[in-house]
Amino acid sequence: MARIELQSIAKSYGSVEVLRDINLTIEDGEFIVLVGPSGCGKSTLLRMIAGLEPISGGEFTIDGRRMNEVPPRDRDMAMVFQSYALYPHMDVARNMGFSLEIRKAAAEDRQSKIQGAAKTLGLTGLKERLPKQLSGGQRQRVAMGRAIVRDPSAFLFDEPLSNLDAALRVEMRLEIARLHQRLEATMIYVTHDQVEALTLADRIVVLNGGDIQQVGTPLDLYERPANKFVAQFIGSPTMNVLRAEAKGDSIALSGGTRIQVEGDVPASGVSELGIRPEHIHVAGSEAAQFSGRAELVEHLGSDTNIHVQVDGIGPFLVREHGHVPVNTGDEVGLFIDPEKVHLFAEDGRSLR
Amino acid sequence: MSALRKSSPLAVTGKYLALAFYLTFALFPLYWLAKIAVTPDKLIFSEGTAMVPSSFTFENFRTVLIATDFLSYFKNSLIVSLGTAAITTCVAAAAGYAFSRFDFRGKRLVIALMLITQMFPLLMIIAPIYKIVAAVGLLNSLTSLIIVYTAFNVPFATFLMQSFFDGIPKDLEEAGMIDGCTRFEALRKIILPLTLPGLGATLGFIFTAAWSELLFALMLINSNDTMTFPVGLLTFVSKFSVDWGQMMAAGVLALVPSCLFFIFIQRYLVQGLTSGAVKG
Ligand SMILES: Nc1ncnc2c1ncn2[C@@H]1O[C@H](COP(=O)(O)OP(=O)(O)O)[C@@H](O)[C@H]1O
Ligand SMILES: [Mg+2]
Repeated sequence: MARIELQSIAKSYGSVEVLRDINLTIEDGEFIVLVGPSGCGKSTLLRMIAGLEPISGGEFTIDGRRMNEVPPRDRDMAMVFQSYALYPHMDVARNMGFSLEIRKAAAEDRQSKIQGAAKTLGLTGLKERLPKQLSGGQRQRVAMGRAIVRDPSAFLFDEPLSNLDAALRVEMRLEIARLHQRLEATMIYVTHDQVEALTLADRIVVLNGGDIQQVGTPLDLYERPANKFVAQFIGSPTMNVLRAEAKGDSIALSGGTRIQVEGDVPASGVSELGIRPEHIHVAGSEAAQFSGRAELVEHLGSDTNIHVQVDGIGPFLVREHGHVPVNTGDEVGLFIDPEKVHLFAEDGRSLR
Repeated sequence: MSALRKSSPLAVTGKYLALAFYLTFALFPLYWLAKIAVTPDKLIFSEGTAMVPSSFTFENFRTVLIATDFLSYFKNSLIVSLGTAAITTCVAAAAGYAFSRFDFRGKRLVIALMLITQMFPLLMIIAPIYKIVAAVGLLNSLTSLIIVYTAFNVPFATFLMQSFFDGIPKDLEEAGMIDGCTRFEALRKIILPLTLPGLGATLGFIFTAAWSELLFALMLINSNDTMTFPVGLLTFVSKFSVDWGQMMAAGVLALVPSCLFFIFIQRYLVQGLTSGAVKG
């Protein structure tokens, strides 16, 4: 059980600042996902929590106890590596039980814990295999088993699914979610995949360029992104962002098209308008606010993605539910849902 | 994937021909060594160029083992080579691990210095080495050879070991440390078993180098008691004649330890011990 607190945590390699002023409190039992583009410092932050990387500044506490200088073995955390990091010269059972072996746990205790984890993860028949005799998915399970066996106060995951193929990734994602429900342990999960973040997290921490951009529940981030970066990073396909200006109680796009929005419009400072593809709709000529040419139409069955080029405004992605009878080259009228409009200031800050 | 590609019979034949040519070229001197060792003395000159002698004898081996100081040379060589191989490998493993895993001030400088030591021709430094060894009173001792050989082999062995450590993912130690090991425990229980091939290769390489070294042994040793094998071999050359049969027999016997050594370590030399550690 662990309540993890990061206060003004910073990290630099020589003169290169990788993380700045990270403040975050992780409640006991919470599933936190650190998400952000590659190179933003997610792994570095996780490794500092694990004790594999010295902390350059700030204070890191677990249940109020300062941990900055505590070696990894005394932090009572288990970690699943992106590369799995299985010990190649030990069989599956010994890999899973290695932490207990090091801690000199009684043999029968060790056996029963390994057995339990193997059963949970469907590895019972593979206990005598060496890692090289396993498939990628099985190795991934062994890596998880190694963490479960320890019954740690917190689990750390560094992009654990990124080496798996798409189908296996979905399956393992569910398994991790189930694991969290069952163990009710604190979990910190790093990924660059926003779908993983949205599906797994109690709260998501969005990182970019060494700064926390926003912390919130998946729905928070989707509906009320703090800035343009979060707005475009969360949600798939990506939010459309267009040049825009406030004109009284409506918004003017660059082509002169006016969009009515629900609620207040800030008098000044509006520089861009954001609208998610699922909040623009194909409309008949009377309802349409503007129109453009469909350059590419993707029929996905459940959805239809229409890439529309609007003269004077730019390219748009529109996502409609189900099948929409639009073909490449058609002229389509578009309607922006006034309740779902996001506005951004020059510096990317969200204005609504 | 090239193993899966169907090669034309012509290419296969060519490949085997090339291999056969290479093997013949490399092994012929060894064959000649063995042949002369078993040729009776009186036939050596009369049928010197025949591929197979008309009669065989093991007389040369008997003489070498019983009537000469061969066993003493052999023992000295064994002490020097094993000592050098063991000490060099230990030092190189420690240094190679440090170079592979840690960043410390002066690391580049140390590496540069180690490279520089490898740049001088041996002949250039043999006189100063002689003076140093003489000054500390180690002439005619096996210890002097062990020290000199170790000093000369450590840089190369270190780079060799470093490349083996570089081949072992850092994640493994880190996983070990998170699982409850100290860094040293992780090194001992996880990294060491995986470096056995590297240790074996380094041991073998240094052993062979020390086993066949002549120049320093010639300079630093001149008492018969402490002669190593390559120097001892020269005693078969007298002012008036060369005892070819005995010399070759001694040469054949000298191959034995190297062969045994490689047979012993070759199972550690097989690659792929770390496969399965990461993704795949
Ligand atoms: N040992 C190191 N020395 C210098 N820079 C590093 C080191 N490790 C990571 N970095 C830098 O820190 C940044 C964050 O890295 P990382 O945490 O691995 O990113 P990611 O979010 O992709 O996991 C990167 O820009 C990387 O270049
Ligand atoms: Mg990373």
